[in-house]
Amino acid sequence: MTVGEATVAEKTTVVEAKGLGLTFQTNDGPVQALTGVDLTIGKGEFVSFIGPSGCGKTTFLRVIADLEKPTEGSISVNGMSTEQARESRAYGYVFQAAALFPWRTIARNAALPLEIMGVSAEEQARRIARVMDLVNLTGFENKYPWQLSGGMQQRASIARALAFDADLLLMDEPFGALDEIVRDHLNKQLLELWARTNKTICFVTHSIPEAVYLSTRIVVMSPRPGRVTDVIESTLPKERPLHIRESPEFLAIAHRVRDGLHAGHSYED
Amino acid sequence: MTRALDNVVPVLAILAGLVAAWYVAAVLLNAPFQRDLDRRAEETPGAIAFIGKTLSQPKPTMPAPHQVAANFFENTFLRKITSNRSLVYHAWVTLSSTLLGFAFGTLLGVLIAVGIVHFTSLDRSLMPWIVASQTIPILAIAPMVIVVFAAIGVVGIIPKSLISTYLSFFPVAVGMVKGLRSPEITHLDLMHTYNASASQTFWKLRVPASMPFLFASMKVAVAASLVGAIVAELPTGAVAGIGSKLLQASYYSQTIDMWSALVAGSIVAALLVTLVGRVGRLVSRSMGARPA
Repeated sequence: MTVGEATVAEKTTVVEAKGLGLTFQTNDGPVQALTGVDLTIGKGEFVSFIGPSGCGKTTFLRVIADLEKPTEGSISVNGMSTEQARESRAYGYVFQAAALFPWRTIARNAALPLEIMGVSAEEQARRIARVMDLVNLTGFENKYPWQLSGGMQQRASIARALAFDADLLLMDEPFGALDEIVRDHLNKQLLELWARTNKTICFVTHSIPEAVYLSTRIVVMSPRPGRVTDVIESTLPKERPLHIRESPEFLAIAHRVRDGLHAGHSYED
Repeated sequence: MTRALDNVVPVLAILAGLVAAWYVAAVLLNAPFQRDLDRRAEETPGAIAFIGKTLSQPKPTMPAPHQVAANFFENTFLRKITSNRSLVYHAWVTLSSTLLGFAFGTLLGVLIAVGIVHFTSLDRSLMPWIVASQTIPILAIAPMVIVVFAAIGVVGIIPKSLISTYLSFFPVAVGMVKGLRSPEITHLDLMHTYNASASQTFWKLRVPASMPFLFASMKVAVAASLVGAIVAELPTGAVAGIGSKLLQASYYSQTIDMWSALVAGSIVAALLVTLVGRVGRLVSRSMGARPA
C-alpha cells in the first residue's frame, strides 16, 4: 500500500476535488447528489467509481466534464476550472450508450470531434486510422452504426473519444448494456489500450469484478446523500490476464469493495 | 414480381369496390331525373335500358366512372396542351403556383422553426400566432389577398402562390421545430463536451436529425399547397387552372367536366406527394439509413 501511495504522490495531479458537493433542486425539494467529496486523481491512473444507483458516481463524472456545476467545494482539472478544461478539450467522454450519429459512418463519427476542432482533412484521416486500429475496428470505417453489434458500436464511441488525443478519458458505464462475454473482451482491450496510451481513465461501473479487474484505484460510493465511503488501492500488477480474476489477491480486493458497498448502504430500506 | 403483385392487388381490390359503389350511386342519383325525362317523352324502357340511360346523361347529377374517364382521356391526351380545354394546361397552371408557394412555404416554415428553436422569446411569441393563423378559413382570406395585391399592381402567380405558402408553411414549421429538437440529450451533451459552437451543433446534429421530420411535414405541406392553389383560383375569376376549370364547369352544370378536373387535381396531388416521398427516401438512403 505504501508503495502505491508513494507513486500516486509523485504523479501530476489531473483531477482534484475538495469538499465537492452538488445539490439538485427538484420539485420534491433539494436532492443531495454529492456531498463532501475529496479526491485526487493522478496522471496515468485508472480509477473506478462503484456504488449503487443514486450514489452520485455518474454525477461526479459529469461534474469533471463540466456537464454539471457543483454547488459546494471546488474541483480542478489539469489545474484549470472544469469549464476551462472542457474548452481546452482536456477529456474524452464515453457515454453509457454509444451515442453515435446514425447518419455518419463509423469513421465519420470518430472524426466528429476533429471536425469541430478544425483539424485538417489529412490529419483527420491519419488520426482516424490510428484510433480505428486502437479499438480494433479497422475495416469497418465505412459501415453505419446500425450495421455493427452493440460491442462494436461502443468501441467506435471509444475511438471517437480517443480521436482528439485528450489525456483524460471519462467513461460512464460504457459496457453496462453489453453481455458478459463481450464485456470481458472489451475490458481486456481497454486495459491494453490504457497500457499503450498511458491515459488517465475515470471509469463508472456497478460491477465489482469489472472495477477490480480494471482499476489501479477503486472509489466506493454510497447514496443518500451521494458520498465516497472508501478508496481502495489495487495491489494487482499492471499486466492482468483475464484469469487473474480467480486469484486470491483479486478476490480479496473484490471482498473489500463488497464490504465497502455494504457498510455505506443500508439495504434495509 | 410477387411483391409487386402483393402491393397492387389490395389497391385494385379497393378500387374495384369504389367503382362498383360509384356505379350504384350514379344509377340511384340519376334515376329521378331520368324517370322525369321518360315520363315526358312517354317512354317506358326496361330495367336494363333504363340503367343504361342513367349512366349516359349529358349533364348527370352524378357522372358514371366511364363518362369521367372518357372526358378525362379526351381533355388530357386529345387536346393540344396549349388549348384552354386541355386539362394538362390547367394542371400546369395550378402546379406552377403550387410549386412556387410550396417552395416559399417550406423556406418560411424552416426559418420560423430555426428561430423558435434558438430563441425562447420567439417560441413564446410566435407559436400562438402560427397556430391561430391556421384557424382562419382560407376561403375567406384568399380573395382579400388577391384583391389587396391586385390593388398594388401585383397580379398573376405571386398572390396565388402566397395562398399556398400560407397553408404549407404551418406543417413545415411545426415538423421542423420537433425535428430540430429531436436530438437525444446524450448527443447534445456530447457536442457540449467538444465545446462545439451553437452553429456547429446546429449543422452537425440538429439539421441531420431533423431530416425525417422535414420530409414527413413536406408531404403534408405539398398537398396543402395544391389545395391552396386551387382555392386561390376559385373566388378570383382566374381564367386558367384546375380551380377555374371547376368553377366554370359548375356555372354551366358540366358535372362531367367538374369530376374530370377533380381527377386531374388528385393525380397532381398524388404525384407531388409521391415525389416528395421519393426524394425523402433518397436523402435518408444517402444518410445511411437502414433500408426499410
